[in-house]
Amino acid sequence: MPASTLLHASKLTCERGDRLLFSALSFALASGELLQVEGPNGSGKTSLLRILCGLLQPNAGTVNWQDVDINGQRSEYLQQIHYSGHLHGVKLELSPTENLRFAGALHGGQSGLTINEALEKVELYGFEDEPAGTLSAGQRRRIGLASLLVNKGRLWILDEPFTTLDTSGASVLENLIEAHLNSGGCVVMASHSRHNLDARRVQKLKLSA
Amino acid sequence: MHACLALLQRDLLLTFRNPGQLINPLLFYLLVVTLVPLGVGADPQILVSIAPGVIWVAALLATLLALDPLFKNDLLDGSLEQMALSAAPFALLTSIKILVHWLITGLPLILLSPLFATLFSLSANSTQVLALTLLLGTPVLSAVGAIGAALTVSIRNSGALLALIVLPLYVPILIFAAGAVSAAQTGLPVAGQIYFLAALMVLSITLAPIATASALKINL
Repeated sequence: MPASTLLHASKLTCERGDRLLFSALSFALASGELLQVEGPNGSGKTSLLRILCGLLQPNAGTVNWQDVDINGQRSEYLQQIHYSGHLHGVKLELSPTENLRFAGALHGGQSGLTINEALEKVELYGFEDEPAGTLSAGQRRRIGLASLLVNKGRLWILDEPFTTLDTSGASVLENLIEAHLNSGGCVVMASHSRHNLDARRVQKLKLSA
Repeated sequence: MHACLALLQRDLLLTFRNPGQLINPLLFYLLVVTLVPLGVGADPQILVSIAPGVIWVAALLATLLALDPLFKNDLLDGSLEQMALSAAPFALLTSIKILVHWLITGLPLILLSPLFATLFSLSANSTQVLALTLLLGTPVLSAVGAIGAALTVSIRNSGALLALIVLPLYVPILIFAAGAVSAAQTGLPVAGQIYFLAALMVLSITLAPIATASALKINL
């Protein structure tokens, strides 16, 4: 195993109900690399991502972060990761600024960018004080993306991040991912969308139904 | 600690943006307590003897009303997931949720209790005991209720099930709290009931957040 390996999954098996979603799944991800998880609906993409962030326990196998099992260093590991699911944890009654302030505090407050800088990066500047309920679905997704920047997590776990984003939103996200990889982070992403990320850094993992 | 303060601030802000959460249980409580004298007649002697029971049953039901959305809203918009992935201990965050529930349902009841005592023509001494039982008892209602709310969080229309789980657990509180107020009315000592309520409060606010957090993790 190369020294720069950050995330290492070995022989993961996951069953939901009576169905075996995947078994003996292994991969390693080094800093600056992206793992794209592909597969038809119901093939276990979300389950895999939830296993990687510790929300779900695999039926067999282990996930190691910097060579230590994530169950043995849970709070340290949680400071290193940022998970963005289908639901992005945005409260519709609160403004983007208030949402981001909470998201930042929840993850230890070790901030990357300030809230205004993050909102500017995702092109939400000018909407910072509107209640999120009055924004469009794509704009709410952008609040979720901005919360990636407010925190300094090294591993981003993104579930279908391109859904509801328009073309400019998608290119904003690509730039964010690119910059994150350049700064030594790594990304696990479940996505079907085509993207313009540097293919040399992208590992693909295909799950079958 | 930072995360806990932020959660407290966010939930209070949400309550003020959406004041129905605060007002509905209070209005419900007010209605029940004012309807009873209309139904049983205005005889002060009857009212005085049923007052502790009526006020406490209304408090139980009003608490229940605000329990259902306690974790459900956070589950539906994904913020519960984010809380579970926070580096702060999850049980600590759930105890903040319980605190917020108490602040919006329990605390207003305590503040209004002198008003209800007057409605039922309770004596000054029994009013004090009533306020004390509410102060010790309502945190238990919030803490034990949170376990039920966490167990049923992923069930749609879980209101009836939640009541079925939680109300039997509220019975000791009801017996000791209403008993203390009745005893005060007849001039008997109330220390026994009050100590029991205090013990239940300490037990529930220390242990319930842990049970709540585990129940939520199962449902995530």
